[in-house]
Amino acid sequence: MKGIPLSALLGLTITLLYFAMAILAPLIAPYGMSEIVGDVWEPASAEYWLGTDNLGRDLLTRMIYGGRNTIFVASMATALSFSLGAILGFTAAVYGGWIDQLMARFNDLVMSIPTLIFALVVLSVMPVTLPVLILVMGLLDSTRVFRLSRAVAVDINVMDYVEAARLRGEGQRWVIFREILPNALSPLVAELGLRFIFAILFISTLSFLGLGIQPPNADWGGIVKENREGIVYGIPAALMPALAIVTLSISVNLVADWALNRTTSLKGGRGV
Amino acid sequence: MHPVLTLVIQRLALGLLLLLAASVLIFIGTEILPGDVAQAILGQGATEQALHNMRAEMGLDRPAVTRYFEWLFSALQGDLGSALSNGRDIAESIGTRMKNTLFLASVAAAISVPLSIFLGLLAVRYRDRWPDRLISAITLTSISLPEFLLGYIIMYVFSVQLGWFPSVSNINSGMSFGEKLIAVALPALVLTLVVLAHMMRMTRAAILNVMQSAYIETAELKGLRRFTIIARHAMPNSIAPIVNVVMLNLAYLVVGVVVIEVVFVYPGMGQYLVDHVSKRDVPVVQACGLIFATIYIGLNLLADLISILSNPRLRHPK
Repeated sequence: MKGIPLSALLGLTITLLYFAMAILAPLIAPYGMSEIVGDVWEPASAEYWLGTDNLGRDLLTRMIYGGRNTIFVASMATALSFSLGAILGFTAAVYGGWIDQLMARFNDLVMSIPTLIFALVVLSVMPVTLPVLILVMGLLDSTRVFRLSRAVAVDINVMDYVEAARLRGEGQRWVIFREILPNALSPLVAELGLRFIFAILFISTLSFLGLGIQPPNADWGGIVKENREGIVYGIPAALMPALAIVTLSISVNLVADWALNRTTSLKGGRGV
Repeated sequence: MHPVLTLVIQRLALGLLLLLAASVLIFIGTEILPGDVAQAILGQGATEQALHNMRAEMGLDRPAVTRYFEWLFSALQGDLGSALSNGRDIAESIGTRMKNTLFLASVAAAISVPLSIFLGLLAVRYRDRWPDRLISAITLTSISLPEFLLGYIIMYVFSVQLGWFPSVSNINSGMSFGEKLIAVALPALVLTLVVLAHMMRMTRAAILNVMQSAYIETAELKGLRRFTIIARHAMPNSIAPIVNVVMLNLAYLVVGVVVIEVVFVYPGMGQYLVDHVSKRDVPVVQACGLIFATIYIGLNLLADLISILSNPRLRHPK
């Protein structure tokens, strides 16, 4: 943690704040999640810091619970896509040959269909529940992680120390988890941030289209959908999630940038 | 045969193969997963007999492989079947919507492509100085937002606060070209912003990459002006990567259109698709998915072909 630049520190703080808010939502939120407390679209006041929404629920409460749901789904989907994508990517790189070809070509195929379109096609027959959403998002996103981790692992796989491990008689599992994984961690951590942001944007988009987190549960995309009618009357309730998403994604990006810079400096660059 | 021709034919064949595989994937995505169209229509409370009758009526009791080929061949002949929800012919409904979507996408492309290349050049010219930083900051913010939120922010500012444009983009065949342009102004602006960031950053990176070459140093030593060096020497050599980026972003535009159409209630393909996903109207979703995938794969293929053709080493082999 020594020598952490100011921008990364700021990003890290804001990111942690958002996560703390998500975990502690029931303690922080001033009202109940779907409790109707006032009139429809009341302006911001001392009582309702951000005003009320289209049904008269407190918008700040909705935003806090919405953040909890959005961040939860995005984190789970990212965790799934990372563990799956990285393990499959390393496996493909380590085994090589037809296994590698088969996996890589199948990956190309899935990536050739736009993610959103594919998700819509699948969600048209599947029930829209949290596990299904996490599974669909995680599986579709793992194609991107697969591509990166395979590329990274192919480079590491030809290093002398991997050769040495093989000559020592270590199995493929050792090579994947003890030789390649530790050395591929830095670029993967930087990518983790980007994939997490992408997952936040993706679940928000799905919820906005009515195919994500279902009401009465709140989430950032859903808040936009619920309050969109207000825009025409000049009520900015629907724009609140924009603020939350932008601050969160810029903060995560700042941390990811730092992680990436550290990686390049580890590879014989300037010693920052 | 000319080696480039062989390469081009190989790529085309590969593209067709990919398209075929994608159609299989779309079909599998809706047919073989646990959920079933008959179940979706009749709901969870349906009796086994009712489900059975429904499946027989829709031909769902036949093997999936047979149904796939039937679907594929009729789609190739332009027959996309009829919608479950209202029984209308899908190809007919898609026809006009497709035109609207292409109109919106081409307006967005006509603005964003020249603008992003110009901004990319500008960012390289004033590298690491305030114009570069300003452009980077704006583009970074615009990619940190989902498209639909960007859409509402722009709607809030330009339509509600300033009142310059309508907040709902209604378009019909009776409108003149100018009226249509005004109607799509806001959605086109949002789409432009969405792809601009990415395109401009990649253009900047591509030109900066070329700027490291020895012949650029020669041009500098000749005493040429900075902008001339960039426009005359660096640009032509980064055409291939730039065209590639442009194509990839046009492909991205196809997806962005889906969400933006919902925001501005624009009568295009995207809205049609989203509407029918929530109605669980599988034939429509399959048809739209296939069309979107075709456009996406087609543009990616075009990007490949252009980068092959624009490479002089491939065009004139030794």
